Amino acid sequence: MQELTLKQTLNSLSGFIPETVLIATVIVCLFLDLILRKKSVIVAVAGIVGLLVSGYFAYLQFGMREVIFTGMAVVDPFAVFFKILFVVSTIFVIIFTISSKEIQESTHHNEHVYLMVAMALGAFLMASASNMIMMYLSLETVSISSYILSGYTKRIKRSSEAAMKYVIYGAASSGIMIYGMSLIYGFTGSMNIYEISAILAKSAVTGNPVIVMSIIMILAGFGYKISSVPFHFWTPDVYEGAPVPVTAFLAVTSSAAGFAVMIRFFAVTFLQNNILLNGKLQIIPGINWTEIIVVLSVASMIIGNFTAVWQQSVKRMLAYSSIAQGGYIMLGMTMATQQGLTAMLVYLMGYLFMTLGAFYVVILVANKVDSDELVDMRGFGYKSPVIAVFMAVFMFSLAGIPSTVGFVGKFYLFSALIESNMVWLALVAVLNSVVSLFFYIKVLKYMFLMKPEEELTPKYQYGIGNYAVLLLLALPVMFFGLYFAPLVKIAEYSAILIGLK
Amino acid sequence: MANILSILIFLPILFSIPILFFKKDNVKLIKGYALGISLITFVLSVALYFSFNAGSGEYQFVQKMPWVKIINSYYYLGVDGISLLLILLTTLIFPISIIASFNPIKIRIKEYYFLLLLLEGALIGVFTSLDLVLFYVFWEFILIPMYFLIGIWGGEERIYATVKFFLYTMFGSVLLLIGIIWTGLLVQPFAGVFTLDIVQIATFTTYIPLDKQIILFCLFTLGFLIKVPLFPFHTWLPDAHVQAPTAGSVILAALLLKMGTYGLIRFSLGLFPVAFIKLTPVIAVLAVIGIIYGALLSIVQKDMKKLVAYSSVSHMGFIVIGIFALTNESMQGSVIQMINHGLSTGALFLFVGMIYERRHTKLIAEFGGLRKVMPVFAALFLVVSLSSIGLPGLNGFIGEFLILLGAFNSVNLGTGWYTIVSATAVIFSAVYLLWLYQRVMLGPIEKEENKVLKDITKAELATIIPLLIFIVWIGVYPNTFLRVSEMSVKKVLLNLDNTKIQMMKSIETKPKEPEKN
Repeated sequence: MQELTLKQTLNSLSGFIPETVLIATVIVCLFLDLILRKKSVIVAVAGIVGLLVSGYFAYLQFGMREVIFTGMAVVDPFAVFFKILFVVSTIFVIIFTISSKEIQESTHHNEHVYLMVAMALGAFLMASASNMIMMYLSLETVSISSYILSGYTKRIKRSSEAAMKYVIYGAASSGIMIYGMSLIYGFTGSMNIYEISAILAKSAVTGNPVIVMSIIMILAGFGYKISSVPFHFWTPDVYEGAPVPVTAFLAVTSSAAGFAVMIRFFAVTFLQNNILLNGKLQIIPGINWTEIIVVLSVASMIIGNFTAVWQQSVKRMLAYSSIAQGGYIMLGMTMATQQGLTAMLVYLMGYLFMTLGAFYVVILVANKVDSDELVDMRGFGYKSPVIAVFMAVFMFSLAGIPSTVGFVGKFYLFSALIESNMVWLALVAVLNSVVSLFFYIKVLKYMFLMKPEEELTPKYQYGIGNYAVLLLLALPVMFFGLYFAPLVKIAEYSAILIGLK
Repeated sequence: MANILSILIFLPILFSIPILFFKKDNVKLIKGYALGISLITFVLSVALYFSFNAGSGEYQFVQKMPWVKIINSYYYLGVDGISLLLILLTTLIFPISIIASFNPIKIRIKEYYFLLLLLEGALIGVFTSLDLVLFYVFWEFILIPMYFLIGIWGGEERIYATVKFFLYTMFGSVLLLIGIIWTGLLVQPFAGVFTLDIVQIATFTTYIPLDKQIILFCLFTLGFLIKVPLFPFHTWLPDAHVQAPTAGSVILAALLLKMGTYGLIRFSLGLFPVAFIKLTPVIAVLAVIGIIYGALLSIVQKDMKKLVAYSSVSHMGFIVIGIFALTNESMQGSVIQMINHGLSTGALFLFVGMIYERRHTKLIAEFGGLRKVMPVFAALFLVVSLSSIGLPGLNGFIGEFLILLGAFNSVNLGTGWYTIVSATAVIFSAVYLLWLYQRVMLGPIEKEENKVLKDITKAELATIIPLLIFIVWIGVYPNTFLRVSEMSVKKVLLNLDNTKIQMMKSIETKPKEPEKN
């Protein structure tokens, strides 16, 4: 490893501006909160401005391909893509917190803003880390912020319970992960994933069970972040117990960050760099990690979807749905092709809008009825038709009905699968999406088709801001559903990992 | 005229949006507006009929614009004679359904007419799309308005029915999606690019290894057969029909089921002729079972709407036999029978709806002797029943006759037995419909409530008369309509003369090496 000279550090800092801005934002928000205890909006606005600035600098990085801090992190289109994704989702979630009753009524006013920005910072690092230590640290940054956030309304028992469960699961799986990493370090003598890859490709590790075992161990850490089966047990409880904006944050930002680090880790470490066969990167022989991913993906889809069918709480249902959605996204990794990677990015962009939208509706409903049970949503389509129609858009999109962005993502994933001759996997996935349709339309069933016992008056009133946020989320869902060329272009452009052909 | 198809699709869709901004209490405006839009669409489609060149079987009024360049998908529309007839049926049925909803629909009126117009546009989209992804988008989109139409305005068990309908059809559709993507990818080496244009794909599909062709055929066809619905995929139909509001049942029977048979002709046969011929025995057997089974179940139904619903299963089986017979006559018969079934079953559902409006029950046992209090109603009901049975001089006869004629000597079916067994269903249809007529209309009036029933009203006549005009018109002079589809049917069958069918039947299902061209 090279010595870290001052000059290199300074050079690297120029590739580290977005993260630096976020660090500054965290500090500013912290002090703003201390000074202006009661005025919540200002701190949130400061957080949003900081994120926007950071997003702008990240945007400027598009096209850059640099290794910074002597191989600790990289700047490439793939990382930049995720950074912008995190900025967008974090901004939405901070806006959510403004309209969420449970957050606004909690005793500590604005701590969530800088915790969320800190989590975004961790997510940024997850997307760009190229060293196992860095991966682990950034993952922990995200985790620790999310432990606190999920127990945010600490006076409410189930929130504290959720946070507790989350910590225990988190500690266990990150422990397993770092043990797996240490095994790989023992084998290769390096923490840098590019160096590991080169060493693995040269040495005869074919079929060495320890490597496969360490992959599974490392997957425990990543799988926990993306809530993939069998590392998903925390998800329903935490999603149910945490305040809804935090849940949305976990479902989108944290899980996307998990995907970012997981994709980079596997694509860089276990593919033979620079060796193309039929235009495809080859897996390092003897390490059949794609098969492990297939198993996890199928298990996530099936368990996620079938369990979601029985849920009575919307939050729990969305938790299982996000397990299943994670399974779909993972399909993109199973063939280790460029098309697969592109499809994953397309899907993630759609997933961002539709999942955030669904959670926002849950917040708005909970503000009025103080419940997230399906039965309490009865007749919501009559009491507040506009919001219910938005919910319909998000639900149809999650189910993958055409003319929504969810369909586009599925279309791309299935195309990539069929192209790699994995038709059976595509069939498993589409049949799963039929199952998923059942519980997605169940929400609509309660909202539109079932009537509550009491009278349908009075109508719920919502502010214009709420509608505006929903519109901001729903428009991309519908627009990109019908005209998805820009979406795909972005994904194709971003599906470039530094060091891979 | 160049983009008349786009106008037909998007006129109802775009002009449905203002309805949402109308005042809720202004019921007359909402109804009148919806009717107006659907009538304009109808007039436009009639204009389309007159400017259609029946002498050519090619796609006409073609409109092709790049849509999503990355997957080489086009906004590609066009009609031939077969789709033209279905469009005419669609635009005719919708104003009728709207009038038929004036009285029964009393809640959430705005949303109801909004969804109806949305459905109309999407249906026309299905019948005109020549790009597979575009087709799929419209095909799936239909489910959304239909889900709410049944689920909000339906009967007691509407929620169960609509969920079953949605899931069942979605199951078929997702397989169709896999089929579409896979076809595009398999054709790619031959076509040079990934393409979804069915005209282009059709020229290359024969190069795909036969075993793959058969799988693709199954992926496509299963979705269509569920929609038809063919035995044993029909179980969603009675529930959906019985629970749907009258207009929903009419649209479901008259139009949505036709999406299935249209898909069989356009995609299953058009793209995979060899597999189509290979798998004919399986589907023909199912169709014959469906014909008999549907008819027998119709006989024993206690609920009028269910009776008509099961008769649909039987009649649609007939159409499938006609398609799979692969002769000129039978295919023509099937096309015209699609229209006939839309007209007469649509009318039957309207009648059942009228009775239900008056008595709030559809049970046959509740009625009897209605002819005495509702003479005009009874007479019209008889005419429509006879049309459905296939009495010469009315439309049903033309279709059934052509199908039986063509199917009897069909090389593709191979034996006349399918035809002979199916023909018995004509007798069964006489049994269930005439017996229904007897039990409901004839005899003494036993129930007090039935003595005061009003005869058919003017608004109700307005829904039935247009259908009756076409029922008689097709029965007496079918050529107006047959001539439109003649060349298109010929073109569909162009490459499939008897010797070729024989040859395709004898191809081994072993994979052969694809020839590069």
